[in-house]
Amino acid sequence: MAYSDKVLDHYDNPRNVGSMSAGDDDVGTGMVGAPACGDVMKLQIKVNAEGIIEDAKFKTYGCGSAIASSSLVTEWVKGKSLAEALEIKNTAIAEELALPPVKIHCSILAEDAIKAAVADYRAKQGFVEETESGACPAVVVEKAAA
Amino acid sequence: MMPRPIYLDYSATTPVDPRVLAKMIPWLSENFGNPASRSHAYGWAAEEAVEIAREQVASLIGADPREIVWTSGATESNNLAIKGAARFHSARGKHLITVKTEHKSVLDTCRELERDGFEITWLDVQENGLIDFDVFAAAIRPDTILASVMLVNNEIGVIQDIARLGTLCREKGVIFHVDAAQATGKVAIDLASLPVDMMSLSAHKTYGPKGIGALYVSRKPRVRIDALIHGGGHERGMRSGTLPTHQIVGMGEAYWIARENMGADNERARWLRDRLMQGLMKLDQVFVNGDMDQRVPHNLNLSFNFVEGESLLMGIKDVAVSSGSACTSASLEPSYVLRALGRSDELAHSSIRFSIGRFTTQDEIDAVIEKISASVSKLRELSPLWDMHRDGIDLSTVQWAAH
Repeated sequence: MAYSDKVLDHYDNPRNVGSMSAGDDDVGTGMVGAPACGDVMKLQIKVNAEGIIEDAKFKTYGCGSAIASSSLVTEWVKGKSLAEALEIKNTAIAEELALPPVKIHCSILAEDAIKAAVADYRAKQGFVEETESGACPAVVVEKAAA
Repeated sequence: MMPRPIYLDYSATTPVDPRVLAKMIPWLSENFGNPASRSHAYGWAAEEAVEIAREQVASLIGADPREIVWTSGATESNNLAIKGAARFHSARGKHLITVKTEHKSVLDTCRELERDGFEITWLDVQENGLIDFDVFAAAIRPDTILASVMLVNNEIGVIQDIARLGTLCREKGVIFHVDAAQATGKVAIDLASLPVDMMSLSAHKTYGPKGIGALYVSRKPRVRIDALIHGGGHERGMRSGTLPTHQIVGMGEAYWIARENMGADNERARWLRDRLMQGLMKLDQVFVNGDMDQRVPHNLNLSFNFVEGESLLMGIKDVAVSSGSACTSASLEPSYVLRALGRSDELAHSSIRFSIGRFTTQDEIDAVIEKISASVSKLRELSPLWDMHRDGIDLSTVQWAAH
């Protein structure tokens, strides 16, 4: 399969790789996907007092298109308000990266990662979670009781 | 110009050996006759070449030349053997046995027969990819007419115990078909002593041209099948169609070279394979798929845990290998062979098949070890699963949402 130049660029030079302290109140963490499906994305956002996303980090297990989609959204969400970040649609991600139809699910996963990260941040701030219809629910990561 | 990628996908196909190519060319130009032309020298020459090739193919597998039927390749051979025998013997029974790790050309042929009213038993394999003899024996019924088992698996290279399974089939009056597409030149085959009724063969996996294969159909005991392709009654009525002399000559020469070179080819492949394996197993969390003892020497199938296969392939663009990852298939399903071994989906998604061949060099192996190691390390730095693993989280205890 041929990849677009933008996918190759994000794969070769992924932006904003890393992790932030998930316990911090100003950090929202979203983890979506499943290893059995071949992709898992972790997106973290750091939100300042004005409600603006001032930093974003990702880690992704998945194909090149999944890595590129998550790398791209870390660039896109930075400097946006939470409401603006939630307006990023998978179709825009797919268009920017010229994803073929078989890879559209990677862009959907990236959109879901933003929603999950924002929801996590808002929950920490005491907001009541609004469930979006139709979206892939966020992964619940917890150590099983021993 | 970019240098060509290092080729470690010899189980997908092989280049035509230059000696084979040289033998083929004249049969496309000056010696263009139809082997079925009985009335002139053009036809006689072509027929003689076809018969020499038939002897060469037969000699690699210890068969009589009269037991070789030319086909377009192993896919057609599998179709002809299974459909041909099932249809001819359907009055005697309608039950067939095959294995979940067979090639698609066997599985899909059996599925087609299922739609035609036949009943198929799809056998599981053990964790090492080998068939449990007792499970096979228990599947045989009074109305079983045919069992189809591959000699060498295309993905994981494991070798099934054909002699033992075939002996049981003979006792029970079950026709035994073996897909040997991946075995020729790798495993010694002697059909004079092996209890096999039909065997599918391919040229292009053994340094011959694509588009030609053969089906061995035993004469003693005589195996009867219906033809699938009708026409001029070529190949004793089992497969009509003008014989492609140049392809057949190429297959004959390729099998002749395989017979001569098998020992040296295999010894070299094993040395290179072991070197590749030692180099890659230095990485943490790498698992071998399939039994290492009952296995052809040129195959290595590894799962690099916490790294997705397609992204790994992207990182080693200058190496040509195959992955069991869903993302490299159109279906988005990970390798059904690895799943049949009981491998988790994530390990199936993380698998790479390396297959070494006659023209692989030590420098290439060393370069591949370096490239894969660098790519795996880079992708693990990107992988949230790798982080979780290092934090001591058992991923099987995490509740993942399906998507």
